[in-house]
Amino acid sequence: MRYLLLIYQDEAARAKWSQEEVGAEYEAYNAFGAEAEKRGMQSGLALLPSNTATTVQVRNGKTLTTDGPFAETKEQLGGYYVLNCKDLDEAIEVAAKIPGAKDGSIEIRPVMEFE
Amino acid sequence: MDTIQQVVSETFSREANRTLAALIGTVRDFELAEDALQDALLVALERWPVDGIPRNPGAWITTTARHKAIDRLRRENALARKQVALQALLEQEELSGEEEMEDTSIPDERLKLMFTCCHPALALDAQVALTLHTLGGLSTAEIASAFLVPIPTLAQRLVRAKRKIRDARIPFRVPEARVLGERVDAVLCVLYLIFNEGYTARSGNELIRRELCDESIRLAHLLTQLLMQESLDSEVPEALGLLALLLLHDSRREARVGPGGELILLEAQDRSRWDSSKIEEGISIMERALQMRQPGPYQVQAAISALHTQAKHAEETDWPQIAALYNILMSMTPSPIIELNRAVAVAMADGPLQGLALLDRTNLREELSDYYLFHAARADLLRRAGRMRDAREAYSQALNLCHNERERAFLGRRLKEVIQQIS
Repeated sequence: MRYLLLIYQDEAARAKWSQEEVGAEYEAYNAFGAEAEKRGMQSGLALLPSNTATTVQVRNGKTLTTDGPFAETKEQLGGYYVLNCKDLDEAIEVAAKIPGAKDGSIEIRPVMEFE
Repeated sequence: MDTIQQVVSETFSREANRTLAALIGTVRDFELAEDALQDALLVALERWPVDGIPRNPGAWITTTARHKAIDRLRRENALARKQVALQALLEQEELSGEEEMEDTSIPDERLKLMFTCCHPALALDAQVALTLHTLGGLSTAEIASAFLVPIPTLAQRLVRAKRKIRDARIPFRVPEARVLGERVDAVLCVLYLIFNEGYTARSGNELIRRELCDESIRLAHLLTQLLMQESLDSEVPEALGLLALLLLHDSRREARVGPGGELILLEAQDRSRWDSSKIEEGISIMERALQMRQPGPYQVQAAISALHTQAKHAEETDWPQIAALYNILMSMTPSPIIELNRAVAVAMADGPLQGLALLDRTNLREELSDYYLFHAARADLLRRAGRMRDAREAYSQALNLCHNERERAFLGRRLKEVIQQIS
């Protein structure tokens, strides 16, 4: 079964990180990427900060474009993985290994499969 | 006719949660398994009065429910998920053949079911409801009444939980060793919650409250038995500890409520009304746990409860030993509530001033400032130390925070006594 693992982190806090901290995280994600490959990773991407986000809605045929993410939250979506896991326990186990789990939150969402 | 129907439904409810567990294990879908079991009950009500009760009702129910689940799946659209369940059912059919009606070896899947129902990915109130519903066999109405929520709310809670289990694929298996300890803890926590809901005096149907206590004890029994069967030895001592704790608490159930429904404190209870067979069973189970030499919080709490039950009179209570056990408990699971209990035990062992010294530490006063029992305990110690003016203030604070009428009446009486002593 496929699960989407969304990585939420406090961007304001991360902006204050030192070079070493940023470097260490980069290494940690590299290591996790190798593990994710073993789990049949379908995709995984890191995102630019949410101040680059744009939100679009179509209402009555009109396109409304606004600056910023859909919801203002304390932690922002910073990246994701789509992984193949046997069940939720395995997804939880993998999620706990994502470096971002240490200072942020990982939301696990089962993927809807169309048959 | 009435009697045979009674036999049918009694047999059914006796076998149901074991059969349900086996069925869920195969189809991985709570709703489908429950529906199929319901179908099987209808068949039994029709056939058993004619054909007689099968020699092995459990196997009969399992086989019939499996047929019904296959029927239901065939009627529905052939989604891939359904196909997987159907495949699993058909494989079992092939394996067992007709003679399974006689077979006594249906696998006991109830331990796996416990882990699924108490999975941390479900909300705690859903874990509780699901455990009572699928393992305890309580109806939606009974659970709703026990937890004082409207029936539709509870039904909705159950449906959501069952669908999340199916859709997010919450596993139906014994967790891996790495997380086994915490998952067993989650099951123990749910059982303790169920017990407490039945034990602590709140409004609600007395019969159902009693059933919650009985049910949690029955499930704790079952859990220890299943853990031992699976040789999960490291998890047995704490499960036994909880079982002992529940039995020891439960032994005092009759004595802790007065004729007017008022709560009677431990020291004022008529100890001849304690259930000596439950005390004996609780203590022997606790000793068995302690012999395994893997102490844990439930075992320590059981030991504390045992010391209370072993005192023939309140004055004979071994308070120094109880205070020492609270020290151990604090080192295992530090919490302000345990610290409060420890302070009370110390006061009983060494005098009210020693207890007050522990209660009046700044961090505890801050953490428990909204908890009426903190102020009530403090007031009691102040009163016994002869500091009546401080006691008056503390009783007033406790009264301001307490919403239980019976407790308020008790606190009010004490406050009056203290005021009389001042003037």
